[in-house]
Amino acid sequence: MSERTIAAISTPKGEGGISVIRISGGDAISIAERCFRSVSGRKLSSLEGYRAAFGKAVRPDGSHIDEAVALVFRAPKSYTGEDVVEISVHGGVIPARECLAAVFAAGAHSAGAGEFTKRAFLNGKMDLAEAESVMEIISAKNAAALRLANGAKEGRIGKDIERITEKLLFTASSLAAYSDFPDEDIEGLDKESFSAMIDESEAAVKKLISTFDSGQAVLLGVQTVIVGKPNVGKSTLMNMLSGNERSIVTKHAGTTRDIVETQVNIGDITLILSDTAGIRETDNEIESIGVDRAVKRVDTSALVLAVFDTSKPFDGEDMRIIDLIKGKNCIAVLNKCDLPKAADCSALRGLDTVAVSAKLGEGIETLCKEIEKVCGAASLSADDTVLLNERQYSCAVRAQNAIINAKEAFDSGVTLDAVTVLIDDAINALLELSGKRATDEVAEEIFKNFCIGK
Amino acid sequence: MIKKYDAGEYDVAVIGGGHAGIEAALSAARLDCKTVMFTISLDWVGNMPCNPSIGGTAKGHLVRELDALGGEMGKAADANTLQSRMLNRGKGPAVYSLRAQIDRRAYSGYMKNVVEKQKGLDVKQAEIVSLEKEGGLWALTTRLGACFKAKCVIIATGTFLGGRVYIGEVNYESGPDGNFPATKLSQCLKQMGLPLRRFKTGTPARVARDSIDFSVLEVQEGDEITEPFSYQTKKPIENKVVCHIGYTNEKTKEIILKNLDRSPLYAGVIEGVGPRYCPSIEDKIVRFADKKRHQMFIEPCGENTDEMYLQGMSSSLPEEVQLAFYRTMKGLENVKVMRNAYAIEYDCVDPTALYPTLELKSFPGLFGAGQFNGSSGYEEAAAQGLVAGINAARKVKDKSPVILSRTGSYIGTLIDDLVTKGCMDPYRMMTSRSEYRLLLRQDNADERLMPTGHEIGLIDDETYAEMIRDVKLKEKEIARVKSVFLPPSEALGELLQSLGTVPTDTGANLADLIKRPQISYKDLAPFDKTRPVLSDRVCEKVEIEIKYEGYIDRQLKQVEEMKRLESKKIPEDIDYGSIHGLRLEAREKLGKIRPDSVGRAGRISGVSPADIAVLLVYLSGIKGEDK
Repeated sequence: MSERTIAAISTPKGEGGISVIRISGGDAISIAERCFRSVSGRKLSSLEGYRAAFGKAVRPDGSHIDEAVALVFRAPKSYTGEDVVEISVHGGVIPARECLAAVFAAGAHSAGAGEFTKRAFLNGKMDLAEAESVMEIISAKNAAALRLANGAKEGRIGKDIERITEKLLFTASSLAAYSDFPDEDIEGLDKESFSAMIDESEAAVKKLISTFDSGQAVLLGVQTVIVGKPNVGKSTLMNMLSGNERSIVTKHAGTTRDIVETQVNIGDITLILSDTAGIRETDNEIESIGVDRAVKRVDTSALVLAVFDTSKPFDGEDMRIIDLIKGKNCIAVLNKCDLPKAADCSALRGLDTVAVSAKLGEGIETLCKEIEKVCGAASLSADDTVLLNERQYSCAVRAQNAIINAKEAFDSGVTLDAVTVLIDDAINALLELSGKRATDEVAEEIFKNFCIGK
Repeated sequence: MIKKYDAGEYDVAVIGGGHAGIEAALSAARLDCKTVMFTISLDWVGNMPCNPSIGGTAKGHLVRELDALGGEMGKAADANTLQSRMLNRGKGPAVYSLRAQIDRRAYSGYMKNVVEKQKGLDVKQAEIVSLEKEGGLWALTTRLGACFKAKCVIIATGTFLGGRVYIGEVNYESGPDGNFPATKLSQCLKQMGLPLRRFKTGTPARVARDSIDFSVLEVQEGDEITEPFSYQTKKPIENKVVCHIGYTNEKTKEIILKNLDRSPLYAGVIEGVGPRYCPSIEDKIVRFADKKRHQMFIEPCGENTDEMYLQGMSSSLPEEVQLAFYRTMKGLENVKVMRNAYAIEYDCVDPTALYPTLELKSFPGLFGAGQFNGSSGYEEAAAQGLVAGINAARKVKDKSPVILSRTGSYIGTLIDDLVTKGCMDPYRMMTSRSEYRLLLRQDNADERLMPTGHEIGLIDDETYAEMIRDVKLKEKEIARVKSVFLPPSEALGELLQSLGTVPTDTGANLADLIKRPQISYKDLAPFDKTRPVLSDRVCEKVEIEIKYEGYIDRQLKQVEEMKRLESKKIPEDIDYGSIHGLRLEAREKLGKIRPDSVGRAGRISGVSPADIAVLLVYLSGIKGEDK
């Protein structure tokens, strides 16, 4: 199959400094040659690997498209392990598109989503777990996400999983030996050592699962909503955190009527921050729709920043908000701490509180630390293993359930042949997690999330 | 040069009259093939050169499966049982395994008579010395020059092929039990290009009954309630003998270790690889050095003989050393050895050269079965013999081959392991070889395989109808049990408490109670007013299927997953050399074995899960391009 040479634009669609057209396959160099004329007159086929040539991208009829640089990689020393040429043209939609059309006309086929990485995988450049983490590296939103994804690419998860599965495999084989050799007076696996092994495995899987939320917070960002009654300084806080005038701030209550979103990097995590309409009873139809949306957004967010103005005593509307955020992952932001305190904060008991002055920028650092703590990111160290995505998470949960069931079954006296079925299930789920037990779904799942061009 | 003469033509010729040869010859003949079976000695048809027993862990499963497919071993064992026990009773239904002590001479006589009486089967005492293809047929020549022609040939030569016996420093060409070996055929097969190799196995001494002091040994009785192997055996199985248990001690160990250099294995004289899971006593002492003692079972060889078999004590040490270490054991202080222990080395084929039909990939019409294929054990041999016989017959009749699946039987697992994974030492069946133990139970072998046996034509209509009737009764009873509610009562509470489980205040569903590990289906009979009278066989299945329902369902899901990979076919013309993501070893192994599915590819040793991932993605690419 790798006989087919494929091509795609590998840089993001839209305007930018440069765009790169990547061509990979046995004919990559000869195809590129038909679409590129070097200034020096040297042919691309005469270049060694890792060499670049300056010239112009041309259509099949020889007409000029754009100035370009062609970079040649020779198999197997390339991303895909095949011959690769990357042609860089000026950024912007048209030059790249024209150049790609020329490359297709010269004989390349359109690359499918993730096909370059798939070829890299097929050519032994990376294993399934690495391929999966490439996706996360591309979409890393901040430095910490990149670190975690790179950790995964180095196979850290695999090593963790291996330790757990080895334990479970040993347990399963002890159970099997016990039945297989009735004549060899082999001691039955005693209750204590079985329980110990199961407990250890369960704890390890549990730890892995516990990393998922904080890992996701780092990798995907945390859906965060700012709520509060009108005019407590929500938009000021939003602008403060994002460092620009994303929300319009006036002294008039009800200025923000719909949800305003922005992305903010705080330490190791990215907040997908939503500013909402101040929550209050209102007759204004548009404003009341905004209020409803704000209330709903509280339900769907992973983190709530509830803003209170402590320069005034709490009123019924403040209390309504305290009700609304009950049981949520929440930080109470006590704003306007630069003014004399008039509110009785006892109603906030049990909540994490941070006093700030959004206007003056006071207390913002403390707030950021608190946000990291609440999202679990603060507890993630540089070399922690985290579950990268839903696929891995669901495997881990399946393993955990099977282990718990095995333990219960064993404790209640179910015979060992049945207990083994559960342990096998746990082992299978873990191997699937680490890509060690390849099912066709896993293989497909991993590559389907890629974009075209990678 | 001997003068050859034309001795006739057959559909199927079987070389060997052991457990594999018998099943192969019987099944081929029963499937209307004109069949001939050759044996080096007619007095040793169906001989048991090692244990006088049939069954045991996982092997009992094989016998039941063989029986469900129309094999003979189960019936012959039932007819000649001296003692019967269900092993692993406390360890769960997946590993219950029937094992019977057998009167070995009676068994051999019985089997000889079965093959003699079989319509369409000729039995001949002869040594086959050569095999060659002649005009589309196989030509088999005997030592005396008789030349037989056959469409299909099944090689079931056991330990006779190139057999060599080792006792201490002494070794000589020999078959088992003092028979002469088949020496010429090996050379012929090698010249043809069959990948032959050397394996070895061993057997303990047979000792005189009256030289053992049984008064100091543990007695092992048979089961009070016995079960036959065969679905068709109606006569109850009687226990006629007891076995005894003894142990080695420090002194035994000392003598063995002191004489280790006189063992041909440790001296490096034997090149053949011995069975890992059936080691000699010197092996056990070396490998499990910290173990204080090893168990020994003393088993009678028959009703009309004083020979006693010392299970667990096989050895290839010199005769005098054997005698010395046997005599260190309690009860054996004055033991008299009648036949010494020995190791035997023999030629066999690398089973990865076989299709799952047991036909050799490079030699159409030539099949292998039993020890020749690298297995060990009577039951393993018989199972392969049956499959080879069926497939040879179907080839003759131009019918599609029968391949038993891994998810459906131990026999399928055995053959898949052999032809896909290959084996580095004589392959012994174990329950842990199957991923699906809870489904492949010995109690449901009839349900699993009798439909196949019936369809092939080895199970008669009447037996099949009886099995179907039983299945219906079982299903009806399970449905009934699930619908019965037992109200709370003092008596029920007492029973539950006495069984060590919590009583119920509100009453309980009958099935839910049976699911509790402490309670059996029979325990609740007094409270179950509408219970019908059912055979023990049906009751056992009802209990197991209710009790283990959740686990069985889970395993069924595992089977589904496995079947998906099994159904992912690999194109025959795939070029593994061009898939660079495969590791070199995987490329070589896949290229050699050429598995038909991704599932099978994954079981090849040397092919890692990462290689399978590469293969899956590669195959999905091929599919994508077809669109």
